[in-house]
Amino acid sequence: MKTIYVMWIRQLKRYLRSRARIIGSLGQPILFLIALGFGFGPIYQKAGGGDYIQFLAPGIIAMSILFTATFTGIEVIWDRQFGFLKEILVAPVSRMKIMIGRTLGGATVAVMQGIIVMLISLIAGFRPNSTYTIPLAILFMALIATLFTAIGTAIASLLEDMHGFQLIVNFFIMPVFFLSGALFPFDGLPKGIALIAKVNPLAYGVDGLRASFIGASHFGIGLDLIVLGSVVAVFLAIGAYLFSKIQI
Amino acid sequence: MGKIIEVKGLCKSFDGIKAVNDVSFSVTKGEIFAFLGPNGAGKSTTIKMLTTLLKPDSGKIVMNSFNPASEPNLVRKSFGIVFQDPSIDDELTAMENMEYHGIMYSIQKKTRRARTEELLRMVELWDRKDDLVKHFSGGMKRRLEIARGLLHHPKILFLDEPTTGLDPQTRNHIWEHIKKLNKKERITVFFTTHYMEEAEQVANNLAVIDHGKIVAKGTADGLKRKTKSGSLEKAFIKLTGRDIRAEEAKPIDNLRMRARVWRR
Repeated sequence: MKTIYVMWIRQLKRYLRSRARIIGSLGQPILFLIALGFGFGPIYQKAGGGDYIQFLAPGIIAMSILFTATFTGIEVIWDRQFGFLKEILVAPVSRMKIMIGRTLGGATVAVMQGIIVMLISLIAGFRPNSTYTIPLAILFMALIATLFTAIGTAIASLLEDMHGFQLIVNFFIMPVFFLSGALFPFDGLPKGIALIAKVNPLAYGVDGLRASFIGASHFGIGLDLIVLGSVVAVFLAIGAYLFSKIQI
Repeated sequence: MGKIIEVKGLCKSFDGIKAVNDVSFSVTKGEIFAFLGPNGAGKSTTIKMLTTLLKPDSGKIVMNSFNPASEPNLVRKSFGIVFQDPSIDDELTAMENMEYHGIMYSIQKKTRRARTEELLRMVELWDRKDDLVKHFSGGMKRRLEIARGLLHHPKILFLDEPTTGLDPQTRNHIWEHIKKLNKKERITVFFTTHYMEEAEQVANNLAVIDHGKIVAKGTADGLKRKTKSGSLEKAFIKLTGRDIRAEEAKPIDNLRMRARVWRR
C-alpha cells in the first residue's frame, strides 16, 4: 500500500507544481469547445440535432482526459531518460505496485483535468440534466483516465526514448479521439467507421459521459460500464506485465 | 574478513555481442573497491547485474549472502546506489526524495526522519531540504543521491562514476564523505571511475575490466609493480591498450540502441 501511495502522491505533486502544464493542456480543449462548438453549432441545430454544445462538451471532457492520461503514462520514458526509473527499479518493492500507484496517480491527475474542462464547458453554455448524475460522470472519467494511463504506461515500457512519441500521437491518440464519437453522433455513419468506433474503448467512455450528463446514450450505460471496466482490467494487466519486464 | 560480493563466471550478451564474458572477482567486507575499465568495457553491465537491474545469461553472484536472481528484494535492501546519471526526481524537494525512498524501503517514520536529518546534515544539504531539486547544482544533486542511497543502512554502496563532471573541490568533498562513512558505518564501497589518481588514493583493492573480461586484480601498488609503471594511469593504459574505445564502441552502441527502441 505504501508503495502505491508514494507513486500516487508523486504524480499528484508533480502535476500541482507545474502550473504551466495545467494551463497549457487546457488550451486545446478550450479551443475545440469554442471553435467546434460555436462553429458547427448552427449546422447541427439545422440538421435537427439540437444544441451542439450539449453534445460536444462530454466529448471534449473525454478528449482532455485521453490526452492527459496517455501522456502521464508515457512519462515513464521520461523517468527512464532522466534516471528516476532506476531508483524505483532497484527499490525492494514489487513492480506491480509501482505500476498501479503510478497509473492511479496519472489517472487522478487526468480526472482533475477533466473536471476543470467540465467547469469551463459550463461557462461555454453546457448544462447537465441534473447535478445528481455528476458522480456517475466522474466514475466514467476515472475509468477513461485509468484505461489510457495504463495504455500509455504499456507503450512507454516498450520504448527506449521519446523518438516514437510523434508516432503515438498521430497513430494512436488522434485516431482514438476522432473515431470515438466525441465530435459527431454515431447514427447513420458509413459501416467501416461505425465498426471502428465500436471497437474503440473511448467511444464507450464518451457515450457513458453523455449518458450521465445529458441522458442520451448510443450503446446504453450498462454496456458502457461493462466494456470500459473490462478493458481497464485487461490493460492494467498488460501494462503491469510490460512494466515489470523493463530492463535498463 | 568475509566476502560481501562474490562473482563467478558471469556472462551477459546483447544481440550476440558479449558485453560481460566469464567475469569473476570478489569484494571483502568493509573495503573500498574500485572497478575500472575503458568506456564500453562492461562495467555498467556488471553493476546492473549485481544490482538486480539485469539478469545474467550465466554465472553466479552472491551479494551480502543473497542471490540477486532468486532473492532480488533481499539484495536490494543490502545495497544503496548512486547511478552514473542523476536519478533523483527534480520536481520534488530534497526532503520528499528522501521520504519516498525511505517509505519504499519500509523504514519506520521515526527512524526515517532521524536518519534523513543526520544524512542531510552530513552532506550539508539540511538547510536546503525544502527546495526543489531542480534548483540544485550538479554537486548538490550528487550529494543528495549519496545521502538517499545511505538512508536504508545498506551494507554496500555502489557509486557509478560518482565524481564525473564535478570540479576538484566537490570531488574531494564527496570522497571525504564516502571515506568517513566507510570508517564509521563499516560500509563496503564499490565504485567505478575514469580518474585513476582517485582510484589510487581511495581504493583498497581494484579490478580492471576490458572487452568484457577481467584483465587485472589486486592493489594499486600490486598493479604498478606487475606492469612496471610509475602510476596507476600508466598501468591502466598498459593493461587496456591505447585505442580510444568510444569511437570503436559507437556504431555498436547505435545499433544496440536502434534495436532497443522497438525491443520486444
